[in-house]
Amino acid sequence: MRPFAYLRAADAPSAVAASAERPNTMYLAGGTNLVDLMRLGVAVPETLVDVSRISSGAVEESADGALLIGAGVRNSDLAADPLVRRRHPMLAQAVLAGASGQIRNMATVGGNLLQRTRCSYFQDVTKPCNKRQPGTGCPARAGDHRNLAIIGHSESCVATHPSDMAVALTALGAIVHVEGADGPRTVPMPGLHRLPGDEPDRDTVLDPGDLVTAVEVPPLPFAARSRYRKVRDRASFAFAVVSVAAALDVADGVVRDCRIALGGVAHAPWRAETAEAALRGSAATEAVFARAADAELAAARPLADNAFKVPLTRNVLVRTLIDLVETS
Amino acid sequence: MNPEAHITGSETTASAPSPITVDIRVSVNGDRCPLTVDTRETLLDTLRERLDLTGAKKGCDHGQCGACTVLVDGRRVKSCLTLTVTLDDREIVTVEGLADDDGPHPLQTAFIEHDAFQCGYCTPGQLCSAVGMLAEAAAGWPSAVTRDTGGRAGDGAADGASDRGDDRAGTGRGAPPGGGIRLDDDEIRERMSGNLCRCGAYVNIVAAIGEVAR
Repeated sequence: MRPFAYLRAADAPSAVAASAERPNTMYLAGGTNLVDLMRLGVAVPETLVDVSRISSGAVEESADGALLIGAGVRNSDLAADPLVRRRHPMLAQAVLAGASGQIRNMATVGGNLLQRTRCSYFQDVTKPCNKRQPGTGCPARAGDHRNLAIIGHSESCVATHPSDMAVALTALGAIVHVEGADGPRTVPMPGLHRLPGDEPDRDTVLDPGDLVTAVEVPPLPFAARSRYRKVRDRASFAFAVVSVAAALDVADGVVRDCRIALGGVAHAPWRAETAEAALRGSAATEAVFARAADAELAAARPLADNAFKVPLTRNVLVRTLIDLVETS
Repeated sequence: MNPEAHITGSETTASAPSPITVDIRVSVNGDRCPLTVDTRETLLDTLRERLDLTGAKKGCDHGQCGACTVLVDGRRVKSCLTLTVTLDDREIVTVEGLADDDGPHPLQTAFIEHDAFQCGYCTPGQLCSAVGMLAEAAAGWPSAVTRDTGGRAGDGAADGASDRGDDRAGTGRGAPPGGGIRLDDDEIRERMSGNLCRCGAYVNIVAAIGEVAR
């Protein structure tokens, strides 16, 4: 690992200022992804600005009923928070479905959003990778891509976003608070994470030096009945093969409203807007759920070794919606 | 900005940049330790290579096996992914610090009684992880297999009427009134999934932890 300078920020503006003053600076929070990437030689910062102690470590309720989650809140504290568990169970479930107890104690909300793909070529500096080194190519298309994207990918990159939490936040329409060189601003989800296009090195719309300071979850009463369902290769402590975050508002057998996002299928958490539109106003039946899932996945373009993810995603989505109806 | 990093050693060259060091103070198993650390140093390397505390083990060095698990401010973490420079003023407990004057920690005794290891390489991490895990369950933290009541015992529905709930101001965030999560074998397996045992002693590890938990 190359030597790097270390600075501890007292607050967000001073962290952003320190980042602007020095070349090749990265923010360090829980470190569960960044420290590993530095050890692998994928991330080579000259300065780390430690933002883990700036005062953004709480889940608070705003006057309009939104939850404001500090970027420094640890994943374990988020999942244990009573307000999160009652109002947005899919968010607590998504966090608990990710990583391990030790890692959730370290990892922060901001870092979880900005973690990098676990595509094996991205993490191996001896291999080409357009995300790590633009223009070098993507061996995954013809190589190991069993767990990579089936939708929204490009010739240059077929990576998936690894976060579970971000899938739930995408379904919930979260608003990301960012401190940048020009002061604070907000970025909606979906909208934070990009599809790869011909710039797969850019995971998000954030600029260098931008710091996530909080995540706002707007009020969504029907999300009190919501679910995160994850399929993976072992029972625990594994990234998603596919996952579904869903909230369903059903009255008299008809879907009044719904929120659906998919994980493990794309470069970004995938808001299933086509399926949502197909469901609103329709009967809450298995046949309708299946048609909505098929409509969403009509845009899927699986690769040779991950075509199984298309029916898997469809089935997990349908089952998740049925479960939500049966428990309501 | 504090602490101000200072650069030691000879002039930086393009081929071999000099290490950058920072002075910190940590508590390790109750002892105050002033340290000058290379910013690249992980807690695992600090413990093993500089403080002669070789209980925490280097298994994968990527946060995937749990053999390096220690407690920082009472919470279980992976010391291989923790940069020591970030730990100024923190309290660290390793497996060497679990026993007290009265003898081994109850989990250590249970591991011996239940034959909860073969080679023993993962055991220090299993023990520290179990100590942290029991505290999490006692605080009412749910897991992925918990039938979550949103922090309220015996209420499976979210009625939204009293979101703020009494528990928030009570014994701990997320703790249901009347205590923590009951740990059956499924709960223990899920909560301990960050600790691998290549000998496959899981059955006895679950039994040992279960005895202490119940």
